[in-house]
Amino acid sequence: MKKHLSFIIYHLSFSVFLLLTAHCLLLTSFAQSGGTQQNLTGRAGTFAITNARIVTVSGATIENGTIIIRDGKIESFGSNIKPGSGVETIDGKGLSVYPGMIDAATNMGLREISGGAPATVDVAETGNMNSNAKAITGINPHTSHINVTRVNGTTTVLSMPIGGLISGQSAVINLNGATQSEMAVIPTHSLIVNFPQVSTFAGFTPGVGPRFIEFNQAVTQRDKNVADLKKIFENAAAYAKARDAYAQNKSLPFTPTDLKMEAIIPYLRGEKPIIFTANRERDIRGAVKFAEEMKFKAIILGGAEAWKAADVLKKNDIPVIYTNVWSLPQSPDESYDSMFEAPAKMREAGIRFCIATGDDGANARDLPYQAGMASAYGLAKDEALKAVTLYPAQILGVADRMGSIENGKVANIVVTDGDILDARTNIKYLFIGGRLLPLTSRHTELYDAFKNRK
Amino acid sequence: MRKQTVFLMTIFLSILLSSAIFAQQKTDILIRNATVLTAANGTLENRDILIRNGKITQIGSNLKAAANAQIIDGTGKFVSPGIIDAHSHAMMNAINESSFAVTSMTRIRDVLDPTDPTIYRALAGGVTAANLLHGSANPIGGQNSVVKFKYGRPIEDFLIPDAPGGIKFAMGENVKRSNFQPQPGQPRRYPATRMGTVEVIRDAFIRARDYKQSWDDFRAKKTKVQPRKDMELEPLVEILEGKRLVHAHGYRSDEHLNLLRLADEFGFKIKTLQHGLEAYKIAPEIAKHGAGVSIFADYWGYKLEAYDSIPYNAAILWKNGVVVSINSDDPERIRRLNIDAAKMMKYGGIPEEEALKMITLNPAKQLGIDKRTGSIEVGKDGDIVVWSAHPFSVYARPEYTLVEGEIFFDRGRDILRRQDLARERAELEKNEANLPPEKRTRSERPRTSPTPGEEEGVQN
Repeated sequence: MKKHLSFIIYHLSFSVFLLLTAHCLLLTSFAQSGGTQQNLTGRAGTFAITNARIVTVSGATIENGTIIIRDGKIESFGSNIKPGSGVETIDGKGLSVYPGMIDAATNMGLREISGGAPATVDVAETGNMNSNAKAITGINPHTSHINVTRVNGTTTVLSMPIGGLISGQSAVINLNGATQSEMAVIPTHSLIVNFPQVSTFAGFTPGVGPRFIEFNQAVTQRDKNVADLKKIFENAAAYAKARDAYAQNKSLPFTPTDLKMEAIIPYLRGEKPIIFTANRERDIRGAVKFAEEMKFKAIILGGAEAWKAADVLKKNDIPVIYTNVWSLPQSPDESYDSMFEAPAKMREAGIRFCIATGDDGANARDLPYQAGMASAYGLAKDEALKAVTLYPAQILGVADRMGSIENGKVANIVVTDGDILDARTNIKYLFIGGRLLPLTSRHTELYDAFKNRK
Repeated sequence: MRKQTVFLMTIFLSILLSSAIFAQQKTDILIRNATVLTAANGTLENRDILIRNGKITQIGSNLKAAANAQIIDGTGKFVSPGIIDAHSHAMMNAINESSFAVTSMTRIRDVLDPTDPTIYRALAGGVTAANLLHGSANPIGGQNSVVKFKYGRPIEDFLIPDAPGGIKFAMGENVKRSNFQPQPGQPRRYPATRMGTVEVIRDAFIRARDYKQSWDDFRAKKTKVQPRKDMELEPLVEILEGKRLVHAHGYRSDEHLNLLRLADEFGFKIKTLQHGLEAYKIAPEIAKHGAGVSIFADYWGYKLEAYDSIPYNAAILWKNGVVVSINSDDPERIRRLNIDAAKMMKYGGIPEEEALKMITLNPAKQLGIDKRTGSIEVGKDGDIVVWSAHPFSVYARPEYTLVEGEIFFDRGRDILRRQDLARERAELEKNEANLPPEKRTRSERPRTSPTPGEEEGVQN
């Protein structure tokens, strides 16, 4: 009888195992279906793009020039450059050469399908404080979003976790590579802090609708949340102090390793930037004040009303990653174009800023058009281009390596048949880290599969 | 007595005002020397357009207008037909009646709010008309409204009188409620699968056919007792009779095919497949049925059934002769449909005018209003956008948006008004009711209802 039971249990557990395996296979199969981008990491070589218009971004545009890519870097460019022997030449007549665009706010690789497919979502940990959660360990190098995005001209992104008070640490990655480390530019770039905001919204009551609290109450709540946030950093400071003290003097009490506290230390010491999400003026001012008090190296993410807080942002030299070109105005009575023209207003006010999509990844390819639209509403065209190339490079601290066409910079290069910010423009060649990449994606493959079906 | 005088004065004033508006409506508008993208007969350089009594009456050079005509200098500017969004939930105070699987008795007409700021923002993006659709929670949803965005007018003015009635159908994830948890103690609504969805629609049309028969018999005096009016089945009978247009939400190609076959079975046509993110997989079948498809230009990946969506969808459908429109389904995206249409030139090489049609003439066709709008042709409504640059340029901005020959958006005036609005706001903020709680003398103020469109609902 007992033997019989264990037999049943054995069989049951085996079928559960089979079921689970089948389930996993099913879920991973669509995340990686198409076989599009896997290992399509292009080929290295020495390349010359000749007779092209070279938009350097950091310097003057060269109307007819040549650019040489060697050992993954921009070796030289100019109007009098001759490609030597053994160089693969690409005729750039009628084409324009741009530095690859940089999207300073995405969840690239962390969220394949945002709705209805939780197995593909790794963007938000449970709990409120996840300083040790690192995007670089969750990014799927084989997400279809990577190819879809890069064939539109974006070559580098910041990918970040979301949710809670402290979401985790972002990574700056190039959109090429078979592994996370091959992609990494800065594997742990910044700490993502959702700065507590004044919000009268208090959640949904099912079947009834949204609940609200009074504004005063919302302010009190915000102040409490800010105090909680401060406490976390104070605890981390105390933790670091205790650990340092023990390292000096072993007779002191030992403080065991706390991964979450440990993760905060470089940010606490101002060695790395903290990205504070904040959109309304009062929340931006709150975040700036907090960063100033705590002596943090801060970046504002969102920045819908950042231009209204220009004084404090400039005083503390805090840049803004603006993700709201395609957001609705903050209130019904605000000008219809307030979010389109905010970049122009930031520029006018002298705030350091860049434009980013804030997208999970699937639609991050719209970056150039968001910049273009900001230009339709007041931002100069060359500034709009800088806002998605050189400025994000500067704000992310990678301008020594990318963001413009300069000798010695990483060869993240996009060759187009027109203005890179225009929606009608086609990308003709794409280099990341000097590798010439195929212009294929999940989308081109599905197109090829069905375009001639009768 | 004094009250009465005030009352009479008010009436007198409102008559005066409305006649002033009426008079304004009748003013000719002459757009001079613009580049005109007709969406029908190519691009015309240095052309004038005369709009009289709301209609385009002349397109030519050196046109003459009445002395009091309003002149818009189009030098260096581009003119396009007003954009038409074939899938929108603007102005709607409710989106889904999700309690039943079949809610054909519900009408979007009953939940329209003419003060929704989305309307003005859409006008500022060059949109002049929209198909306002019920949500996608049901295999058969509610009846739509097709409107012109006459912001500031009563709701009756928005409705296009001769637009054929339509209805929302839906298939797939939203219908089977895959992303929605029932409340505790609440049973799961049927259908929960794609199998059930098809059967719900089949059952509804069998009932509608029987119902129609009962009326036909009664009218032919074969029966004596008048059948009871059934508000659920009446619209379905109109579909069977070809009088009501079906706009069917769906994503996967197989579910679209199921619906097309079901329609064939009952002898009616699907007017548009809405979303149709995989329509490219079955383009020949869609062309054969004669359905149009209304899609996102390139928005994808936001849920499982949107994972096979490709931006080349429009190109494949267009090459198969399918009437394609690009929609927004979103109060934000509706403001930049021109950029979405521009993308279609890049993905699969759709010619410029065909891409422009996808946001103008094609949606007009899909909504049955192409006789009056959707292109710049003599005799059509003066639904026109004046752009600062070619509307497919990312740097373009609408300067004026006209609906039936009336300016409903004027960027220059909008900018001038901003100071006045700021002043008005500052004054309003001083009012007791608008003071922060600690500065108020009375304790509470009534909490207003949530902003329209913010309710939880299925849209995409």
